[in-house]
Amino acid sequence: MLDRINKAQGVIDAACETLGRQINIMEVCGTHTVSIFRNGIRSILPKNLKLLSGPGCPVCVTDQGYIDAVLRLADRDDCIIATYGDMIRVPGKDGSLETKQAKANIRIILSSEDALQLAKDNPEKTVIFVAVGFETTAPATAVVVKEAAEGAIDNICILSGHKLVVPAMRALLSEKNHNINAFLCPGHVSAIIGYGAFGGIVEDFDRPCVVAGFEPVQIIEGLCEICRQLSAGKAELKSIYSAVVTEKGNIAAQKIVDECFEPADGYWRGLGKIGKSTLKLKDKYDRFDAFGRFGISDEPGEEIKGCRCGEVLCGLIDPTECGLFGRDCTPQEPVGPCMVSSEGACAAWYKFGREKRR
Amino acid sequence: MDDLIRQHILPSLKNDALDELGDSARLKLASGSLCFTTDSYVVKPLFFNGGDIGKLAVCGTVNDLAVAGSKPVALALSLIIEDGLEMELLDKILASIGQTARKTGIDIVTGDTKTVETGAADRIFINTAGIGVRPAGVDLGFEKIAVGDKIIINGTIGDHGMTIISQREEMKFQSQLKSDCASLAGLIRELLENTDGIKFMRDPTRGGLAATLNEIARSTAMSVKIRETDIPVRPAVQTAADMLGFDVLTIANEGKFVAVVSPEFADDCLRICRNNKLGKDAKIIGEVVETLDVPLVEIETQIGGKRIVQMPYGRELPRIC
Repeated sequence: MLDRINKAQGVIDAACETLGRQINIMEVCGTHTVSIFRNGIRSILPKNLKLLSGPGCPVCVTDQGYIDAVLRLADRDDCIIATYGDMIRVPGKDGSLETKQAKANIRIILSSEDALQLAKDNPEKTVIFVAVGFETTAPATAVVVKEAAEGAIDNICILSGHKLVVPAMRALLSEKNHNINAFLCPGHVSAIIGYGAFGGIVEDFDRPCVVAGFEPVQIIEGLCEICRQLSAGKAELKSIYSAVVTEKGNIAAQKIVDECFEPADGYWRGLGKIGKSTLKLKDKYDRFDAFGRFGISDEPGEEIKGCRCGEVLCGLIDPTECGLFGRDCTPQEPVGPCMVSSEGACAAWYKFGREKRR
Repeated sequence: MDDLIRQHILPSLKNDALDELGDSARLKLASGSLCFTTDSYVVKPLFFNGGDIGKLAVCGTVNDLAVAGSKPVALALSLIIEDGLEMELLDKILASIGQTARKTGIDIVTGDTKTVETGAADRIFINTAGIGVRPAGVDLGFEKIAVGDKIIINGTIGDHGMTIISQREEMKFQSQLKSDCASLAGLIRELLENTDGIKFMRDPTRGGLAATLNEIARSTAMSVKIRETDIPVRPAVQTAADMLGFDVLTIANEGKFVAVVSPEFADDCLRICRNNKLGKDAKIIGEVVETLDVPLVEIETQIGGKRIVQMPYGRELPRIC
């Protein structure tokens, strides 16, 4: 493994020296972010190569309006909130699910099937499944929607916060002041959507897109491929994660998502409203749509004062540039979602980096 | 937890022995040093692969005495039992306590039992307190540690914590993991009797290796440098930790010690460890180094990168021991 790393490092060093200028590569997957920090990858890269942690953590990109809607629903006596664990500490206007846990009916689940089971076990309550995540978790949500429909289990509904990665990447590149030279594309998402899905970004924006796995050697080889392209003045689509990712992806998973969901315009933290970037339940399943059932608006929420998670997610600032970082916002007492989620850029900087305060 | 101890508990209960926050309290007596410690055990599940709450209650307290350099002499045992606990189960736990104590060569000399109503405890909670005698000439403490000292661990990390987590019903996670729960008194005695140069020992239980190494850095104002590739971890433990999103450095151990050793004695220590079943995978995992800006623990990763190992923070896994 070290041989491969050394070889890739040699190519990266030579390419960055040839390029001479600052190179910014964005990863758009929280698992990449954590692996990069855990393995100290930044510490072995040349000075002019910078890694930006983009909008790859599902909790982090979830708009404040959605968080506040979940917190309002948690106050209802007739409902059970079923959520993945990483949402539990995200602060809203009025506390977090964690602070409400003593009074409200909030259950942490490990899979979408657990939400369905909760509904079966509690027929007198409505289970609201807090469905966040990218293309990777959407199929599991879709399966549950279908099962609920087939089994006529009507006391479950979905608050879909599912998001699509490619529209967000396009939105980032459409910003005038962006500083992204290339993308290290997410391995898990690509396993579902196929690496071909990034082709349009390469064509329309002339930016290398390389899909890589999560082992340190895979990440470094991904960066190596990007540097090779940049120094040759090229922008190509490539997957170096062929054991898991195909061009077309997981067709069965795509099919079930298409059956239940359709792309809709939606809000992202930091990125604002992005066209056709979220997943909304199709009309035939609208009785499972928590937005409709409880009359919740999908308008954006008020950002938390002083929190710069939005700029961190767009790669515009490092977490340490936020005035709250390490002082008012820590993993113990987080203010913004990027400090809450273990996959958040702020949490990773805090946990693995030398700088603890601004 | 650290804040709670330092800001709330220590000021109210102040005394020299407690203030050291050692694994055991050292009581200065005319005849020499006594070590005195206590711990409560609330592990869930009560029985796990490699041990049970009874074995844990003996080994945990014995190990706290042993890493302080003392020979464990006597234990006190208190049981808090929820009404309705099956007698058969209690017998099994008591048998395990007796067996572990005999194997370790320690007597349980006093104890107490309380029964509480259903719902006021979860089946059984155990407290043990222990006394050990520290022989003249054995002198361990943070103040002995110097730059250049080697850090030794007696085997693989994370086994206990990952076993407990994987066996919790709600995880529904099957595996071949086995807790390392064991009494270290014998191995530590062999070390202290046969080598000089051991300056400090601690058992990396809650908070794992990360917590112990950070305590060393904080208390000595020196830094600690470790190498990821030298830290023994069973592949099954690593895989389970990766799957569940845990950092194996922060996972609890119940049969491990970290020893800080003068460099010239490090090989002797390794040899002695490796001749004992409980130390066969012992390794030198790093060194004490000078502090550049703030005392910290730094790890050289498997790819040669560098990162910080933080004091574990956030919510601890409940009822791991």
